[in-house]
Parts: sequence; structure tokens; C-alpha cells
Amino acid sequence: MTLKKRLLAVAAAGVALALPLSASAHRAWMVPSATVLSGDGAWVGVDAAISNELFYADHNAMRVEGVTVYAPDGSVEKIQNAATGKYRSTFDVQLSKPGTYKIATATSSVMASWTENGEVKRFRGSADDFAKQAPAGAADLKTIRGFNRNETFVTRDAPTDTVFKPTGKGLELVPVTHPNDLVAGEAATFKFLLDGKPAADLEVTLAPGGSRYRAAPGDFKVKTGPDGVFKVTFPEAGMYWLNASVRTGETGRGPGGPGGAPGGAPGGPAQPLAGNGFNASYTATLEALRP
Amino acid sequence: MKPSLPLLTFAGAAVGALGAGPALAADLNVTVEVPRLTVAEYHKPYVAIWIENPDATAAGTLAVWYDANSKEDKGVKWLKDMRQWWRKAGRTMSFPADGISGATRAPGPQKLVFSGAKGPLKDLKPGQYNLVVEAAREVGGQEAVRVPFVWGKGGGRPATAKGTTEVGVITVAVK
Repeated sequence: MTLKKRLLAVAAAGVALALPLSASAHRAWMVPSATVLSGDGAWVGVDAAISNELFYADHNAMRVEGVTVYAPDGSVEKIQNAATGKYRSTFDVQLSKPGTYKIATATSSVMASWTENGEVKRFRGSADDFAKQAPAGAADLKTIRGFNRNETFVTRDAPTDTVFKPTGKGLELVPVTHPNDLVAGEAATFKFLLDGKPAADLEVTLAPGGSRYRAAPGDFKVKTGPDGVFKVTFPEAGMYWLNASVRTGETGRGPGGPGGAPGGAPGGPAQPLAGNGFNASYTATLEALRP
Repeated sequence: MKPSLPLLTFAGAAVGALGAGPALAADLNVTVEVPRLTVAEYHKPYVAIWIENPDATAAGTLAVWYDANSKEDKGVKWLKDMRQWWRKAGRTMSFPADGISGATRAPGPQKLVFSGAKGPLKDLKPGQYNLVVEAAREVGGQEAVRVPFVWGKGGGRPATAKGTTEVGVITVAVK
């Protein structure tokens, strides 16, 4: 792995790690310039950032190296004209085929601790790097694995559903109502899967954009039923940030975690993780149109 | 995910006192007023005229006025701005659409006759419908206005409605 590739991998993992553990403050999003489009010359421009207010770029640009575009015909396309500024990244997607596109990131991350020659070792990074770096049969190995998705959807001409096929990995949103067929005041239905199985009793947060101009942010929560299904009625037309996350087992980072060097806090020996854990998060930006 | 099939949904409503089967040899006479607006930058509106079933699904598109000669985007880029029509009918059609597509029209009353022997009217079952006129104007607004009419018996009084900004007086007569 080249140094550049390694840096990108670490950066991508850093973004992923920032998601579930600071979701209450910093929200990652990809906002397309339009979600419902017509005609064969259609493009969308997408802003991608991690911010406090929705959808204002006020904190950090989102890394776009891992953004994948899933076309309605099953092909995978690249983002175009990508640029990263201080507070936001932008890129374009050309909708060269009719149907629904998914613009998405999916990141696996690992935090780990183990003992090597009587010394505690720590790791934080991508699952791929972990597989390469952790010694086989490491003693006292503890891992907290994460799987994070961030998605948005855009449709040219008639909506299609090929991009919604679940992969069985992490938290996934399965539309019952098409995400590009949302209208303010109409009930919409979605289903959440965790590793391919219905994610029951999952708390789903919905937060409308434009929060700067409201005294209260306007976030609201809904819960999935035993079948993983939830219903939502978008109160107003506009962009919405949807998020849900699942944590099991040990999910704290322990000393030497956030802000600390992966090998341990500066000036002190690394501390082991308290135990094994798993977290998965899902984020989407959805648009409800005027009736 | 897809709107339910209009045929299935209005079949029940249509088979009533009016009887089933194709309509009479009547035409749909429609007048649509394109409002004259005093604005700094005026572009003639894109307009979709379609028939809506009682359950609010589309029963067919009668006319779409847009700038098919636009060199930049053949006009199709803005068809989605007639958002109700786009969602219910337009997005599954292809453009230009034979017998439906037309150029944008100037302000003033536009008289239209839709033949009962052609297009969506040919197979329209007798019953109660709305005629919907939806207009969207570049750097302007969007408005959809509904006019109820009964298909299958001619000679009734013309129905009329008026929009507030983007659509003027509409008159619908079956004769």
C-alpha cells in the first residue's frame, strides 16, 4: 500500500469512526442539488459535509474518496468533478440512464487492542488494514467493529428499485415507499435491516434541513416495529437527514481512543479495550416534495 | 412504489348508472387561459393538461406544452417542474409524445378540442373525472387547477375554475 493510499484509508476510517460516536453533534450528509429529474441531460451536484446545523457546512468537509454511485442498470459509476474545501466537498453525478441512482459510502472500521511481548497494542482503522496489521492469534485480542453507511438517492424519469437490493451487511434501509416519491403530508414506509434481518425496535431520527432559521431544530424520532418497518410523515417539503444506529457489547473507546494516537495516549502506555463490541449506523438524506 | 393502475382503480367507480363501455362520440372542449403577467423576466409557462381519476391517479395525459426545440435540453429538463403531473403520469412517458407534445403558448385564452375518438379519451369509461391544468414557469411559480367533469353524457353545462397566479380561467365542456 502506498503512503497516499494508506493516508486515504486512515482518513476514510476516521470519518467513519466519527459518525456513530458523535452523532448527536456532528452529522454527516450528502445533499444532492435535486432528487427528481427529467430528461437525458440530467446531472446532480452533491454537497458532502459533516456539520452541526442541517444542511449548512459549518464543521468539516466529508471525504469523498469512498463515494460510490450505483446506477439503475446495476453498474457502478464514478463521481465527477470532485473537490474538497474547508467545510464541504462537492462532486457531480451524471444521470446517463433513466431510473434511480444510489450515491453511497459504506465503511467498515475496527478498533482493537491486544498484548504483544507484554505490551498493550492499539489499532484504529479500516477492517482491511486491521487484517493486515494485527498478528494472527494475538493475545487478549478485543475488537470493536463498526459498519457505517451514508446514502442519498436521485431519480431521472420513472423511479426504479434495483439499487435497493440489500447486501446483508450492517444497517440497511429498504424502501417500501420509494425515497424519490416522498411528498410532504403523505405517510411513507421504510424497513430497516441489520445484517439482512429485520431491525426491530430501532430508533430512527429524522431532522429537517433549514434549522438555522428555526428556534427549535425540529428533529423527531420514530421506532421500527418487530418487522423492522417504520412509517413517517414528513411535515414539510424539504431535505431531511435520517439516521439510525445499533450498538452491542462494548462500544466505548477506552483510554487511548479518541484524540489519542492509535498506539496509546501520548506520555502513557496504551490501555486495552474493555471488551468486544459492534456498532452499525445508517444515514440518508431524503427529500420530501411539495404536494 | 408505482402508482396503482388507473384501470383497476376507476373501474369500480365507472360502472354505475352511466353504464360501462366506451364513451359516446363526444369531444372534450377545453379553454385554458394563460395569464398575462407583468414580471421583469417572462417565459411562457410549461403546461400539462391531464385527466385525473376520483382516486387522484392519472387517467391519461391530453397535452404537454414545452419547448421541445430548446437546443440546450430539448425542454425535457423542466418537465418535472409540473410536479403533480410528473409524479402521476409524466415520468413514465417518453418525449416528444405523439399527439400530446406541443409548443408553449402565449398569454390569452387557448381553445382546445380533444377528440373523444383519440388518445386517452378513446377508452375513457363514463364517469366523474377532473381535468387538471398544471403550469410551471421558468423563474416563476407552479400551480395545478382541477375542473370536475362527467364523461359519457354530453350536453351538460360547461364547468369552470380559475387559478390564482399561473393558471387563468379554465372551461371544460363535453360535447
